[in-house]
Amino acid sequence: MLTSIAEYISTHTMQLLGQIATHTGISLFALLVAAVIGIPCGYLASRSEKAEIIVSAPFEMLRVVPSLAFLILLIPVMGTGLAPTIVALTVLAVPPILLNTIVGFRSVPVFMIESAAGIGMTDKEILRKVRIPSAMPMILAGVRTALVEVFASTTLAAKIGAGGLGEIIFTGLGLNRTDLLVLGGVLTAVLSLAAGGVFDAISRRIMRYKYV
Amino acid sequence: MIEYFKKHPDKVTEPLLQHIELVLITLVISVAAASLLTIIAMRSERVSRFMNNVLAVVYSVPSLALFALLIPITGLGRISAIIVLTLYNQYLLLRNFTTGLKEADPAACEAAKGIGMTDMQILYKIRVPLARKAIFAGIRLAVVSTIGIGTIAAAINAGGLGDLLLEGLRTIHTAKILWGSILSAGLAVVINGLLKLVEKRMRGLYESSCFIRAGRPGQADIYRRTDPRSQAGMVSCADHGTRDQSL
Repeated sequence: MLTSIAEYISTHTMQLLGQIATHTGISLFALLVAAVIGIPCGYLASRSEKAEIIVSAPFEMLRVVPSLAFLILLIPVMGTGLAPTIVALTVLAVPPILLNTIVGFRSVPVFMIESAAGIGMTDKEILRKVRIPSAMPMILAGVRTALVEVFASTTLAAKIGAGGLGEIIFTGLGLNRTDLLVLGGVLTAVLSLAAGGVFDAISRRIMRYKYV
Repeated sequence: MIEYFKKHPDKVTEPLLQHIELVLITLVISVAAASLLTIIAMRSERVSRFMNNVLAVVYSVPSLALFALLIPITGLGRISAIIVLTLYNQYLLLRNFTTGLKEADPAACEAAKGIGMTDMQILYKIRVPLARKAIFAGIRLAVVSTIGIGTIAAAINAGGLGDLLLEGLRTIHTAKILWGSILSAGLAVVINGLLKLVEKRMRGLYESSCFIRAGRPGQADIYRRTDPRSQAGMVSCADHGTRDQSL
């Protein structure tokens, strides 16, 4: 089996690299969109109970819909290809980011905000220097969860024609070729772990102040 | 959509039942396995952290990849699906179980030690009842994720609602796609709600036996006699009762 995997890699190198690039690109783009939506919404929702209910309830509901179901559900509406994939993945990635942002901003200790106000910080300064840094660990944890979910669900996107590493696995399933299954499985697993590792490194960098 | 159901009711109900079966089997196995792992993890901090790290790595492997990797070993079908789903659940369950158990009120554990309970007794009689909330939260999380990932298992021939989705996709049959998604989402909502109800019931039973209704002697007596739970619970009952009288 190893020889056939090696052979496949050597004959399909460009195709494989392309699939890895597509997979990473789709996942990161969806994650970025989700962060752009989720973090500001989460911040706004953390400021009032009513806003929290309005913002988080629909995403809580969407969270229950299985990712495969959601990807396929969009086909009658948006057809196949890249656009429905990005939409589905974004919707999948928003809830963990949003909910963690809300919790993060809510759990900033009141005494910290009060003492910041006491030493004469303006509201803007408090937000930038106290609230955002203390909410950051929770927000990053949310993005990390979303990252894992998105990288996993992108494999399913091959099913609706968006490409990526899922293609290898589905081809392997279709042709009953174990070598393709193993290759696809290992590649997606490694890619997902590597993305997680890179993200951890980045978040350690962002959170340097914590370790000073 | 309703017409499709009227024409082929079996094509909708059969995958649903298969899905429920898959989820239930997985749930039973994973809760049993997670309990075992938790008991091991509770013994040492290091082992617990190690297991958590390993399971976190497994959890971040995409499900389709894990299914694909298991096919050469266990073949297509349900067994592979159940193994993968159980593996994923271990991460969710173990994390919730251990944090819940570790965060149990230290004072209660000390008191239990003081009246001569062994470590195991403290675990079962003090920590588990105190960690109920975290334990149930973990189980609910695991069930919802099992239902979701279970649909993907249809790709390796494990049946279930994913079959409806994939068939609908292949033939662009909107009714099938809708039934598949609505049923899988609905199943998650319903089971989540049911588990919440069970949790509430259990909490009600437990609290009425020890704390809240202790002021009403008759009822508390009944519960005290029928409830075989912890000695510590009974002590706090008695304690509450006398305090009420003194007031």
